[in-house]
Amino acid sequence: MPQKDGSSALLTTRLETMLAWTRKNSLWPLPFGTACCAIEFMSTVSSHYDLARFGAEVVRFSPRQSDVMIVAGTITDKMAPVVKRIYDQMMEPKYVISMGACACTGGFYRAYHVVQGVDEFIPVDVYVPGCPPTPEALIEGVLKLQTLIQTRQTQYDLQAAKGGWR
Amino acid sequence: MTPETLAELIPGGADLEIAAAADGFTEIRVDRSRLIEVLRTLRDHPQLDCNLLLDICGVDYPDREHRFEAVYHLTSLATANRFRVTVPLAEDEPHLPSAYGLWKASDWFEREAWDLMGISFDGHPNLKRILTHEAFQGHALRKDYDPEKRWILTEAETMVPDWVDEESEDGDHFETQILNLGPSHPATHGTLRIVVRLDGEVITRAETEIGYLHRCFEKMSETHGWNEVIPYTDRLNYCSAMNNGVGYALTVERMLGIEAPPRAQVVRLILSEFSRLMDHAVCLGANLVDLGALTNFWYFFQPREEIYSLLEACAGGRLTVSYTRIGGLAHDVPQDFSERVRRLLEYIPKFIDDVDRLVTRNRIFRDRTEGVGVISAAEAVAWGWTGPCLRASGVPFDLRRELPYLGYENYEFDVPIATAGDCYARYLVRLEEMRQSLRIIRQAIERLPDGPVITDNHHVALPPKDKVYSEMEALIWHFKLIYEGIKVPAGAAYAATEGANGELGFYIVSDGSGHPYRVKVRPPCFAIFQAYPHMLEGHLVSDAVAILGSLNIIAGELDR
Repeated sequence: MPQKDGSSALLTTRLETMLAWTRKNSLWPLPFGTACCAIEFMSTVSSHYDLARFGAEVVRFSPRQSDVMIVAGTITDKMAPVVKRIYDQMMEPKYVISMGACACTGGFYRAYHVVQGVDEFIPVDVYVPGCPPTPEALIEGVLKLQTLIQTRQTQYDLQAAKGGWR
Repeated sequence: MTPETLAELIPGGADLEIAAAADGFTEIRVDRSRLIEVLRTLRDHPQLDCNLLLDICGVDYPDREHRFEAVYHLTSLATANRFRVTVPLAEDEPHLPSAYGLWKASDWFEREAWDLMGISFDGHPNLKRILTHEAFQGHALRKDYDPEKRWILTEAETMVPDWVDEESEDGDHFETQILNLGPSHPATHGTLRIVVRLDGEVITRAETEIGYLHRCFEKMSETHGWNEVIPYTDRLNYCSAMNNGVGYALTVERMLGIEAPPRAQVVRLILSEFSRLMDHAVCLGANLVDLGALTNFWYFFQPREEIYSLLEACAGGRLTVSYTRIGGLAHDVPQDFSERVRRLLEYIPKFIDDVDRLVTRNRIFRDRTEGVGVISAAEAVAWGWTGPCLRASGVPFDLRRELPYLGYENYEFDVPIATAGDCYARYLVRLEEMRQSLRIIRQAIERLPDGPVITDNHHVALPPKDKVYSEMEALIWHFKLIYEGIKVPAGAAYAATEGANGELGFYIVSDGSGHPYRVKVRPPCFAIFQAYPHMLEGHLVSDAVAILGSLNIIAGELDR
């Protein structure tokens, strides 16, 4: 449709690119907060660091309403079935950010009751190091995830390209 | 109390081994056949009056004739006398009578000793695993348990209370249903799980499940050096990380017979009080969010960010600071420390006042919290409560007053109490404690002395780096400390500090080597949370959320 100045407002793109662009800018996080990292997650969404600037402030505790699970804190063997179940309940496409040393690798808890990294049982897109990571680091992780979504290189996209999600 | 007086007070006390321990405890060694009798005398004798059971734990000595030792820590709120009762147990019969009939507080502590050490308690009403999961085999804190040996839990095996399928007592109540809250639920603040039976909307029965954040702190401490335990302590109560490190370091310093230099003590005190303030801010903020008052949460987060910035300037980390060292602090505070603290002292009160004005007389808030979750002083003491929750029931027990450490006796501050014992009273006590913390900091910053921040005892602290490069002796100290670690004299000690939630105790056993033999934490939350399911009966589900928030349960400390 022609505009008042005579130019055209038409934009051509590929459907996947546009979908990815819309997805990356409205991530709804599910904070799976268990420990210290959850406190830093709270700081990240609070007024000072304000995750809303990156379109990811709509924190949802229901897996049905969220796109990205932020595993914030140590996951123990007792908690593992719960994490898996909540992940399974999320709608596709779904992403996972593993926040902090414990969620990434078990951290310095090399011990009898601690999962040595959540990627033992769910696919992880972005690993954010730190014990706990600063809010800046988590924001960096969210931006990384946005890039992955835009370039369609998330675990979800890679699996889909192979011919189906799981 | 001297051993002689105690021996006279206990019937047949002359036959018992009673000694005065170096950590201020009177230690009684007793056979399990006389245990309950001795404990009862300690509780009921008017001169002893040990109404608060602090902790029960087990220690494993594989080389001794009696492999296990059960250790009870008791205190009297009236006289502040402290007692330790130890019971030797043979490997083939590690069981002893339960103290549940004397103190309800022993409920979870005994379950924990069973779970982690395999000591069983005859007559305990519900002796099953508490921290580890259902599929776990063995007892993790025994010395022959491999720290890395894991057991995998499947979803089918997770805990379901055995009363779930029971018929309700009253057959007419067709609205009876079971509701599960957590462990991943926004109102449980982390990893608690509560299963309740509802009659309509009224809770008729409740059971809690914990251990979802059991990170094996105590086992990890046994495999690390004395100073390396400090980062682990930060992650106990991560809302006030500094307090844990200070409590641990004070215990080890007591065992070593040293003291941190005056400057380190004052800095520790200032940062501990700031941490207490932050902890209360999180607790109140989160509690208010659960009740629908989101604004206050943001109000409290701004001063927290400013305190984080101060901690970051001192220690390098925001949340988990690892700033304490045995014998002092990791390094000195920044040059503008005093100015920054003074700025904060002017900045923070406004936020507390704002919340006070918004909430304290708010009708909705008061309707939701007054008369909800009431616990009487006697009940609270029986459950082993300490800290703000106990003071909200009218017991003015604060370790900063009763057994001062870090020079708290030299500061003017009030111990706020409330008498109602409900959620509102706990809110009021915490709010006032935040103001008192600022009052203490205001005095402390005026007295901040100059000088070193770590002891010059080089059996404990590294010598300065320039000396290591220029003096032979300093080089040797450095080498020995790095390779062998601190050598803490063999023995056991219990020391406690007033954490943000109450008495945070460390019972530490050393065998004289470079790492702790056994570290037992006495987490204040643990004793408080075991009363929670009993407080719920007769309340509504929405009240359950209000009560939980007011108790300030921090999973890191609860599950360790």
